[in-house]
Amino acid sequence: MFSAEIVGAWIAVFLTLAIFSYLYRDNPFYKVAEHIFVGVSAGYWASMFFWTQIQPNLFGRLWPALHEGQSLGILGKVWYGIYNFFNLIYPPAFPDGGVATGHGMQLIYLIPLILGIMMLLSVFSKFSWFARWGIAYVVGMAAGLRSYGFLNSNVIGQVKGSIIPLVGDVSTGAIINGIILLIGTITGLMYFYFSKEHKGWFGKIGRIGIYFLMISFGASFGFAVMGRISLLIGRFTDLKTFGGADYHHASLWLLVAMVVLLGIWSFFNKEEKLTKGNTPK
Amino acid sequence: MNDKKFWFAFGGILIAFIIYWLLGHAFFIEERIVMLFAILIASATIIYFVNKAKRGEKISLRPIPGLKAFEEAVGRSTEMGKPVLYVPGIVDMDQVETVAGVIILGHVARMTAQYETPLNVPVARSIVMKAARESVREAYIMEGRPDMFHEDMVHYLTDDQFAYAAGVNGIMMREKPAAVFYQGKFYAESLILAETGNSIGAIQIAGTASPAQIPFFVTACDYTLIGEEFFAASAYLSEDPKLIGGVKGMDILKVMIVGIIFLAIVLRLFNDLGWINFDILKFLTIQ
Repeated sequence: MFSAEIVGAWIAVFLTLAIFSYLYRDNPFYKVAEHIFVGVSAGYWASMFFWTQIQPNLFGRLWPALHEGQSLGILGKVWYGIYNFFNLIYPPAFPDGGVATGHGMQLIYLIPLILGIMMLLSVFSKFSWFARWGIAYVVGMAAGLRSYGFLNSNVIGQVKGSIIPLVGDVSTGAIINGIILLIGTITGLMYFYFSKEHKGWFGKIGRIGIYFLMISFGASFGFAVMGRISLLIGRFTDLKTFGGADYHHASLWLLVAMVVLLGIWSFFNKEEKLTKGNTPK
Repeated sequence: MNDKKFWFAFGGILIAFIIYWLLGHAFFIEERIVMLFAILIASATIIYFVNKAKRGEKISLRPIPGLKAFEEAVGRSTEMGKPVLYVPGIVDMDQVETVAGVIILGHVARMTAQYETPLNVPVARSIVMKAARESVREAYIMEGRPDMFHEDMVHYLTDDQFAYAAGVNGIMMREKPAAVFYQGKFYAESLILAETGNSIGAIQIAGTASPAQIPFFVTACDYTLIGEEFFAASAYLSEDPKLIGGVKGMDILKVMIVGIIFLAIVLRLFNDLGWINFDILKFLTIQ
């Protein structure tokens, strides 16, 4: 009869068709699917972040599992006393004896804990400025960390890629290819030169640069569209599979039901359609 | 810092490095010397031009059409009595595009405060929500309209990419904003968002440095700030000498890079011909 797999297939078909119904216009089916999607994903990611990041990587380093017979000093006992308090509140996240994730105790992780608490404290308007510390840390750390990577890959890597070989074991085609690449790189860079008006010869260089950019954007567009088509084919394949007798023709029944219900809904919302239609540009 | 101090500091660092090098340069990874020079030259060039701008030396920037449209878009929303929707991308504050997007949000918020136009900023990351709220709050205070600011202007939807896209689409379909800004880092949701914005007839201005998403924004939006135009936008909008100096510094770096490319081609040619014994490709390879 109706196994969990079949129920899952019916839900998948309903949500897929509900999202597709947006192609007609905003409607109750789309609204239901949208709200389920947004709400479920927000809860899912919050749970995922806690169980894959905060619990093992933060608590696991601040209160690692104690070995059998491990003795603690006074400070250690106080520290694990705090943990035991959390253990009383929520044992699944704070199991008895510490969090067993294979990490040793690393008190440096008190810094992210404090920054996290400061972010949470911003729910009180009086302490909202606390959140700035966490933001400043993230932005500053990322800027420093990434500047090295960007210089390496985007600047030095690009310079290296532009050094075309002109002699030796290299074909004429490769030289022409290299020259085109070189012209594209230099004119593209000059297009992004902001402190000089793009007029005269300089404007012509910038124009060549934008042609190169547009050609690359066009190629990228085509490539991405191909990827999207494969995603669409994936959804249709699922709809076809779930339309079979094994799944009690879920796709067919739900499609018919949704078309009928949308037709009725549309009939009773004619006025809304007329007043809330697309605004011409 | 004036020019004298700048050159004094720069010379001091250089002399200290030469002494360190002559003393055997312990702990220094020689294969990465090119990175040291790259960081020093890039930092010094930008600091030099920021200082110049701060002293009041005039630096003119060429106009970018997309930036002129910012005020026009907010003005159109005001005339139509509809809200402005601002999408700061879908990644966290550790991406430079998001930081740029939040800075530009501050400028847009100042415009909406001036024109008394509702602003809606759905976000996909909790830290971005806090940063964006601070940015908008500051903008409203600076415009003397703290009464108009409310925290729900910037609200969290979800971390999930396509759920976020679905949520923003829903907001667009129901609120029908007259102006939509996409300023930040985007992935595959870019076309979904931009097409929906297009279908409701909103004026759309996008800005991103994600090369794979620029074509979609170019197709569906009225104006698109591509690549570095997006990063330069905050300098244009704020007219802050420090930021404008930074843009000029980056321009000079571009000219330097072009010069280095030509020099490297010549060095490779000479090396391939056997006239010199210096492999530029090996020198530029960071290990």
